[in-house]
Amino acid sequence: MSFLEVHNVRKSYAGAHVLANIDLSIEEGEFVAIIGYSGSGKTTLMSLLAGLIKPDHGTVKLEGREIAGPGPDRGIVFQNYSLLPWLTVYENVALAVDQVFPQWTADERRKHTEKYIRMVNLEPARNKVPRELSGGMRQRVSVARTLALEPHILLLDEPLSALDALTRASLQDEISRIWQESRKTVVLVTNDPDEALLLADRVIPLSAGPGATLLESIPVHLERPRDRRTLLEDREFKRLRNEIVDQLLGSKKTPTAALTKKLVLPDIQPEDISITTSRALFGAKRKAKRPGEKQVVKVEVEL
Amino acid sequence: MNKSKLESLLLPFIGIAFCVLVWWIIAGKSTITQTKDDWGDVVTITKREGLSAELPTPAETWTASREYIVKPFAKRGELDQGILAFTWLSLKLVAQGYVIALLLGTPLGFCLGLSKTFAKVCDPIIQILRPVSPLAWLPLGMVLFLSAKVTIPISGYIYTASELAALFTIAICSMWPTVLNTAVGVRAIPQDYLNVARVLKLSKTKTLFKVLVPATLPYMFTGFRLSLGIAWLVIVAAEMLTGKPGIGGFLWQQYNALSYAHIILCILTIGVVGFVLDRLMSLVEARFKTA
Repeated sequence: MSFLEVHNVRKSYAGAHVLANIDLSIEEGEFVAIIGYSGSGKTTLMSLLAGLIKPDHGTVKLEGREIAGPGPDRGIVFQNYSLLPWLTVYENVALAVDQVFPQWTADERRKHTEKYIRMVNLEPARNKVPRELSGGMRQRVSVARTLALEPHILLLDEPLSALDALTRASLQDEISRIWQESRKTVVLVTNDPDEALLLADRVIPLSAGPGATLLESIPVHLERPRDRRTLLEDREFKRLRNEIVDQLLGSKKTPTAALTKKLVLPDIQPEDISITTSRALFGAKRKAKRPGEKQVVKVEVEL
Repeated sequence: MNKSKLESLLLPFIGIAFCVLVWWIIAGKSTITQTKDDWGDVVTITKREGLSAELPTPAETWTASREYIVKPFAKRGELDQGILAFTWLSLKLVAQGYVIALLLGTPLGFCLGLSKTFAKVCDPIIQILRPVSPLAWLPLGMVLFLSAKVTIPISGYIYTASELAALFTIAICSMWPTVLNTAVGVRAIPQDYLNVARVLKLSKTKTLFKVLVPATLPYMFTGFRLSLGIAWLVIVAAEMLTGKPGIGGFLWQQYNALSYAHIILCILTIGVVGFVLDRLMSLVEARFKTA
C-alpha cells in the first residue's frame, strides 16, 4: 500500500472527459512531478488530490483512507497564491496555524507561525499586505502558509508558473532546499521539464487532453543537491529531458473533428437524382398533363 | 501655483458663476416706484418683472437668508431655527433610519448572495418594492405606526407615529443599494478564497467573518454610500409630509409662507450636505478597497 494511491480515476466536465484512467501511487517522502500541456487537466488532478472536487469514478486514497473532502493534511499551494488580501503576511499564515493547531497555546502558535515566515525569508515583510509584495514574495507566503499546516503531503499546483524566469529559479532552489530539510511527500504539477528534473525523484508526463491520462513515469537518478548550472551540461539530464518531451509529443493526438450538433444539409446535386420509373416516385396518382405544370415531390432521404 | 491646480479651482468657479448668472437672468427684478396719490400721501409700489417674476434674485436670496446662515444654530421657535440647527435635526433622523437600513440590508444581501434559492424567492419582491417612491411609503408608515409607541429606555424619548413613519420610509427606501451590492459582492468572491477556507476546514461562522465579510466589504461600502445618498433624499420628502422641523419641513413651511428665497437656501443646503456626506462615505469606502 503506497502513501498516496489513485486508482482508475475519471473526471468529466459537462460530458467531456478531462481525466481518464488515472492510476498513480506515490511513496512516502517521494517528490513526484507531473508534467503536461496547459489545459490538459493538471489542475483538475490536483483538485482531486486535494479533495476540492470528487472523481466521477475511481478512488483517491491517502495513507489508506479515502479522501472525502479538502483538509489541512494535504497542503496545497495554488497557482495564483490564494492569499487573503486584507490580511498581512503574518495574519495569512497565522489564520492557518490558529485553525489547525487550536490545542496549542497562543505563544506556541505565534512561534510556529514565525518559524515558517523565517523559513521562506519573509521576516522583514511580515506586516505587509499581499498587494505590497511581488509575485515571488506572495508565492513564498503561500508556501509558508501551507508548510505551517504540517501537511502529510504537499501539493504544488504550478506554483511558479506566474513568475518571471529569475524569480522562478530562485524559488525553485528554495523549494529544493526546504524539501531536503523536511523530506515531505510532494506532488508538483508543472509545465516546465527543467523544473521537474531539477526538483523531482520521478517525473510523470500527463498526456494531452481531452481524456488525459498519466504516461509511463520516468525516474530521475540525478545526484542531490542538484545545481542548475552543472545540470544543464549533464548528459543524463539531457537524456531525461528528451524522454519527457518525446513522451509528451507522442501523446498529442492529431486533432479530430469534434462531433457537434449542427444542421447539415445533404450534399445532393441535381445530377444525383434520376427517376427510374415515374410510377415509383409519384405513385399512380397524377401525372403532369401539360408541359410546364408543376409537380411537388416529397422525397425522404436516409443519411 | 501650477497650472492644473489653478484649473481645478478656476473651472468649477466658472461653472458656478455661469449658473448664478442664468439664475439672475431668470429671476424677477423689483422696480419700486413712488407716487403721490390724490390725497398727497406717498405710495410705494413694488412691481416685479422678469421671466419668473416671483423667483428671488441671488442678491435677494442672500439678504433674506443671511439671518439663518450667520446664526446657524439659533433657535427662535420650532420652525424658525438657524440652517445648521435644521440640518442637524434632519441628520439625526437620517442617521437612525440609515442604521436600520444597514442592519436589515446587509444580512439580507448576504443571504441573497449565498443562496440561489433564497435569491429566487426574494427577487420579485425586491424588484417590485425597490422603485416605490418615498412619497408612497410614508402614508403606509403612518398607518403602520398609528398606534405604536416606542420609548427609548434610558433617555425616555418617545417616538411619535410620524417619526416612526419617517424612519420606516428612510429605511425601506435606502436599504436596496446595500442589499443588492452586498449580494453582488458575495457572489463575486473568488473561488480561491473559498478554497482556502475549505482546505483549512474553517467553520461556517469563521468562514463568514474571516473570509466572506472581508471579501465583500468593498462592495458593501459602495452600497452603503449609495444608501446614504438615498436616505438623505428621502428625509426631505418625509419631513415635508409630516411637517417635522428639519431642513425639509422648513422648506415646505417657507413655501407656504411665500418666502421663496428660503426655498433656495434649503435646496442649496440639502445639496451641500448631500455632497459632503457622499465625500465622507467615499473616503471610508476607499479605506476598505482591498487589492
